[in-house]
Amino acid sequence: MGERLGGKDWDEELQMITFIVRRLLGMIPTFLVVSFIVFFIIQLPPSNWIERHIENLALEQGTFTSERHLQLAHELTERYNLDRPYLLQYGSWILNFLRGDMGESFEYGQEVSVLLAKRIPYSIMISLLSLFFVYSIGIPIGIYCALNQNKISDTIATIAGFIGLSIPNFFLALILMVFGLYVLDLPVGGLFSPEYEDAPWSFGKFIDFLQHVWVAVVVIGTAGTAGIIRVVRGNLLDVLGEPYITALRAKGLPEKMVTIKHAVRISINPVITGLGMWLPSLISGETIVSIVMNIPTAGPLLFGALQSEDIYLSGSILMVLCLFLLIGNLLADIALAWFDPRIRYD
Amino acid sequence: MTENQEQGRTIGQLIWRRFRKNKLGVVGGLVVALLFFITVIAPFLATMDIVEQSARHILAPPQKIYFQSEEGEWRRPYVYNLIKHRDPDTLRLMYTEDRSQQFPIRFFVKGLEYRILWLISGRTHLLGVDEGCRWNLLGTDPLGRDLYSRILMGSQVSLSVPLVGVSLSILIGTVIGVISGYLGGRVDHYIQRTIEIMMSFPTLPLWLALAAAIPITLPSAYRYLLIVVILSLIDWGGLARVVRGKVLQYRGEDYVLAARMSGCGLFRIIFKHLVPGTLSHLIVCATLSVPGMILAESALSFLGIGITPPLTSWGMLLKDAHKLEVLVYHHWIMIPGFLIIVAVLSFNFLGDGLRDAADPYS
Repeated sequence: MGERLGGKDWDEELQMITFIVRRLLGMIPTFLVVSFIVFFIIQLPPSNWIERHIENLALEQGTFTSERHLQLAHELTERYNLDRPYLLQYGSWILNFLRGDMGESFEYGQEVSVLLAKRIPYSIMISLLSLFFVYSIGIPIGIYCALNQNKISDTIATIAGFIGLSIPNFFLALILMVFGLYVLDLPVGGLFSPEYEDAPWSFGKFIDFLQHVWVAVVVIGTAGTAGIIRVVRGNLLDVLGEPYITALRAKGLPEKMVTIKHAVRISINPVITGLGMWLPSLISGETIVSIVMNIPTAGPLLFGALQSEDIYLSGSILMVLCLFLLIGNLLADIALAWFDPRIRYD
Repeated sequence: MTENQEQGRTIGQLIWRRFRKNKLGVVGGLVVALLFFITVIAPFLATMDIVEQSARHILAPPQKIYFQSEEGEWRRPYVYNLIKHRDPDTLRLMYTEDRSQQFPIRFFVKGLEYRILWLISGRTHLLGVDEGCRWNLLGTDPLGRDLYSRILMGSQVSLSVPLVGVSLSILIGTVIGVISGYLGGRVDHYIQRTIEIMMSFPTLPLWLALAAAIPITLPSAYRYLLIVVILSLIDWGGLARVVRGKVLQYRGEDYVLAARMSGCGLFRIIFKHLVPGTLSHLIVCATLSVPGMILAESALSFLGIGITPPLTSWGMLLKDAHKLEVLVYHHWIMIPGFLIIVAVLSFNFLGDGLRDAADPYS
């Protein structure tokens, strides 16, 4: 990098770095607001979860003296600062969260961070697989549709895309599960077959994993694919109408070169950098599909935690999902600034 | 078409002309209209009480309708009663027809009392059979309740939730969008930041969290309202942005300046001169957010934290399909799912057609 110092490249890099730093600083207020909303929401249920938790413990352990009862209540109050003002409770919660201490799950009797460490990686893996599926199916179909505008194949793809947008995720999951289970005779639901459950990662385990999650990936990806097809098709049609494309054709460049090298490259830029737009629907889809198919990711854990008012568990999962989105948006913005220098001056 | 003819038409006529050319949009609009018509007269079409359970009709299949007598003569359509028994080998539920008595299907039979739109009350139902027969046009659910009637009554929830929800979003979105666009400056900045933050939430987990916070003991009607509020709470941001953009654009136009010069008050400028300009875009945006609400309500009800009995909705009916072994042998419980697809698809087509037509001068 030494020889570039002082040159034009250095300027550009500096701009990029200032852009990233500014963007990171901008995330701080967003993070605070988001975390406060999460904290507020998980405390909405009116019942007293301390009482419930202690009653559950009492049921489990049989006899329970009132002394032990009081002591536990005191410990919990101490740990989560429940006797302090609301804002202080929030402050200690979010500081602990950032330090990795997410509290204890009452339902599972474990530290929340331990539970999440097992589940979140699978959530992210399934989301990323879905993203890969969406891009690898959506972009080629979108290009194909634009190049065959208003032909029958374009119309069919458009209608199919609309239908994909219109099927409820959970319904498609049910149908595909029945199809996989009774027609293809494949295992569905869960993540691994029993023999791979505790085995270390290997090629066989990965194949087994794919066999279990393909339904989820297809279901989560379907709606997104329809969206991508539309965007790519529209962009490519716009680009193909630009004067510079006409100029290229006039120069006698083969049609294949014109479309693939010059038009397609420009038209898929917004799709790649629009990652931030697809992430929320991926996460929503992953959540409900995992609940329906009983895949042990963060989704079912969140659902269970919300119902049993396991508030430190549900709060932490919500926070992690929000963080995932914030980071996704950040990466998308950086990618956009990378491709389009005008953004950096904004 | 010449310039003059084009100018002689109102904007409404121009939008309608363009919309008519989009066939999918028109079909979508017609299906939406039909669905809402059916929803309104649902109690008239329903054949049975939706909460009436029957242990003798658990997961009964749709009854076959006969048009010919056993000798092959054409006759008025009729059905047979179904008798439940278990397969001796697999222990699965089986139903056979009781051929001893035929029950002709009659029009305009008297039955359960109902009200349509709180106004018209009546006891006449479109279809029905005589006493002594339980006719389940689309089969029954695991509690032996009539699926056909439940689907009809469920449509009232499934289709009214998005309608009420979107109205609420329009209200919130317009007010906040106008404030943000017209005042501009710091207010605008903070409102836009808030909307950005709201949109950065993963929607479904947020809906789950809010819906789970509603006490289970709350009466069905209140729960319905709260679900609507939850759905539009996250939905209005997009609408507010559309309105803000348009207000920002029109605010600097000469006609608004002229209105201000001639002494129009703030409210008059906003509601007479700014809001009508945003209307077509607002309607398009609202139509396009209906599908998301239908899907959201059905997902919440499917998971059991949406609508609660005695109300029912298409998503809630699909809860029975969650057990795969039930779903595999009793296909008819999937029918509500296909209705959701039809409704969402038609709204998507309609919204798409309206979007293309909304700006007739482009």
